[in-house]
Amino acid sequence: MGEVLEIFLSASFWAAVIRIASPLIFATMGELICERAGVLNLGIEGIMVVGAFAGWMTVYSGGGLWTGVVVAMLAGMLFGLLHGTLTVPFGLSQHVVGLGITLLATASAYFAYRLALPRVTAPPRIEPFQPLPIPILSDIPLIGPALFSQTPLTYLAFGLVGVVSFVLFRTPLGLALRAAGENPAAVAAQGLSVTGLRMGAVIVGSGLMAVGGAFLTMSAFNSFFFEMVNGRGWICIALVVFGAWMPGKALLGAVLFAMFDALQIRLQQTAIGADIPYQIFLMMPFVLSILALVIMSRRASVPAALMVPFNKGER
Amino acid sequence: MPPREQAQGPVLRLDGITKRFGRLVANDAISLSLHGGEVIALLGENGAGKTTLMNILFGHYTADSGSVELFGQALPQGNPRAALAAGVGMVHQHFTLADNLSVLDNLVLGTQPLWGARLDMAGARAKLARLAQDFGLAVDPDARVGTLSVGERQRVEILKALYRDARILILDEPTAVLTPQQADALFAALRKMVAQGLSIIFISHKLHEVMAIASRVVVLRHGKLMGEVAVTDTDPRALAEMMVGDSISPPEVRAMTPGPALLELRAVSTPDRGNVRGLHRVDLSLRAGTITGLAGVSGNGQAGLADLIAGTERPSGGEIRLHGTVHAHWSVTKALRAGIARIPEDRHKTGTIADFTLTENAILERYRDAPFARRGWMDWRAARAFAESVIRSYDVRCPGPETRIRLLSGGNMQKLILGRVMETGPQIILANQPVRGLDIGAITFVQGQLLAARDRGAAVLLISEDLDEIQTLSDVIHVISEGRLSPPFARGSMSAGDLGRWMVGEGYARENMAGGQDAA
Repeated sequence: MGEVLEIFLSASFWAAVIRIASPLIFATMGELICERAGVLNLGIEGIMVVGAFAGWMTVYSGGGLWTGVVVAMLAGMLFGLLHGTLTVPFGLSQHVVGLGITLLATASAYFAYRLALPRVTAPPRIEPFQPLPIPILSDIPLIGPALFSQTPLTYLAFGLVGVVSFVLFRTPLGLALRAAGENPAAVAAQGLSVTGLRMGAVIVGSGLMAVGGAFLTMSAFNSFFFEMVNGRGWICIALVVFGAWMPGKALLGAVLFAMFDALQIRLQQTAIGADIPYQIFLMMPFVLSILALVIMSRRASVPAALMVPFNKGER
Repeated sequence: MPPREQAQGPVLRLDGITKRFGRLVANDAISLSLHGGEVIALLGENGAGKTTLMNILFGHYTADSGSVELFGQALPQGNPRAALAAGVGMVHQHFTLADNLSVLDNLVLGTQPLWGARLDMAGARAKLARLAQDFGLAVDPDARVGTLSVGERQRVEILKALYRDARILILDEPTAVLTPQQADALFAALRKMVAQGLSIIFISHKLHEVMAIASRVVVLRHGKLMGEVAVTDTDPRALAEMMVGDSISPPEVRAMTPGPALLELRAVSTPDRGNVRGLHRVDLSLRAGTITGLAGVSGNGQAGLADLIAGTERPSGGEIRLHGTVHAHWSVTKALRAGIARIPEDRHKTGTIADFTLTENAILERYRDAPFARRGWMDWRAARAFAESVIRSYDVRCPGPETRIRLLSGGNMQKLILGRVMETGPQIILANQPVRGLDIGAITFVQGQLLAARDRGAAVLLISEDLDEIQTLSDVIHVISEGRLSPPFARGSMSAGDLGRWMVGEGYARENMAGGQDAA
């Protein structure tokens, strides 16, 4: 038990929690925007792979780090445009399109990687984002190294939650977006374009998912390899539900999941870890997430028009 | 701000509007005008072209010819925002509100520039308070719309139009979802608006409402303008004839001697289920050759009683007797096997399956029985023949039995449901709001069929929120209030006012006192 307590008191543990949470926050915010507007975006997993690859490839070919982030975002938006076109004006099944986008995006990224680097076996590394300690704040014991000695992308992720929250609940655009996810007929009756709002949400949301993916290659692993996104996209779908479609609560969920994940890595190295198969530890964050989901999402109110295509003139 | 209406001249002028859909002429050279502070009623049956005309005004359709003029200026066609911006507000029959958003959110939606930096909620709140005050339309700005009653939601829908500074308000069948009390409150608010110079177009097919609220009535039939009359120069009967193009006679009710009780409830109670109120020790006897009317404000246990008789709810106390025998384990199958015919309250949700064909819908309740099923195989030829016979005998207007029922109008859908149950010659008929939302032609037809069933000895339970309908058709009336049932009242023994007092639960106090004395 003493060992577990020690983990919780170490700054490096909390720094890891925040680092692991960052890509989840980007992608969760992206998914949340889509769902608030009424579109379930199951392309998230594949779009994260595309973002991871596009960002990394840009830097590897000599581009700057921020250029990489922008390229990743644009690549994500491109797949968002495809997803949006199929699900919004064409009104196709959001499940089928989303899974299709995931398969297509993942395969495209892997294919492009093989085309670009046909003879590489060990994934080449890039120079990633470096930690940017914030003066004064980073000197606070425990909290300082955990929260304020992170890379710029992490600060961006946390800042993004505030921005998304403000836009959704304090601006006319946010209100129109939420209404499009609740009752598109109400939006159309006010002379606003449901198609425009939903397309915009899916494109911007997909861009954010791709930045989440780019975080993995540019701020965490420093290289691109297959299977690196490893289900994080699906976790984000659950985090949106966990957060009851509220940005702040979803952030809490992302941090909670990251905590379980960071904890299991460290537990494997303790005395307890010696006796228990490591797979149990790998499983832990997922099991705990499901439990938390069951408890948290009981009273959640789903956007009423989520997954309901809107056709003008149909009652 | 929309321009103020001039002292003279109409605020809205439609001139020679014509709209064709293929060979169908939905609007045929329709002209009408509306002045400031005036209420006109647009009267017509379903499919007469009322909705098409309004859709043209709102730019959802483009007219083939004709022009629209608002406040003296030509309205560009095919631009949905133009009419809104010019000060025309529409209150749709199916509310266009987002249930999970607050009242204020719903009001503000679309009124502030989309790319504005920040919503001005304080300003919106003040404006709402002022409107609520001016027109007597009180509503809690922070309430979630989903938690409001239907009457309150309609208030929000009206406030939404007023919030946008509408000077012309179009109400599409506004009372279809309201109780008589709520309708009265609505009319009071509308009168306040007119007093302040607003103009109103009231779309309806309820004649007494039209007579009560409008100053002029414009009648449409089959896309043509049939005439325009001042209410002072006409009466409901003349209007009905103009609307239907035929003389209308009220249903004729022949005297009948009631037969034996076919279905009896004795002190039956059912549990509350969410929005469906349970029953409390209900005694009810449905006798052969009798229409039993159930009056009451909706939400007082009508749904619970209908569910019970249909077999989807089981009693938690008391007993159900069918043809004199007690049924312990009540179920849908038992109700169907006992020949209880059901005309459900919501024909879209529980009465039909929208994407099934007419044939499939026609045999929904009997698909497992001969002649539709033989040794586990469907006989579609028999099913189709049955559907065709229903279509013929019940005058269901449709392209054919293979049409998806979604494409039919409410009236034709209801005729199919009616035919489906009547063709089996049922002894017990549960008719829950059988004419809600139908036009006069369809109403006459449905009511005639219920009376015919009664005349051949069936027991009919008629649940309706329309007291006129209950009083015209019923041999015996019960009032339901908070899950309790009043004693039976014979035809003509109670005035509408008497029944109204039972509806709000005033009759029971005396009942209970009498009961207490008996016990003592």
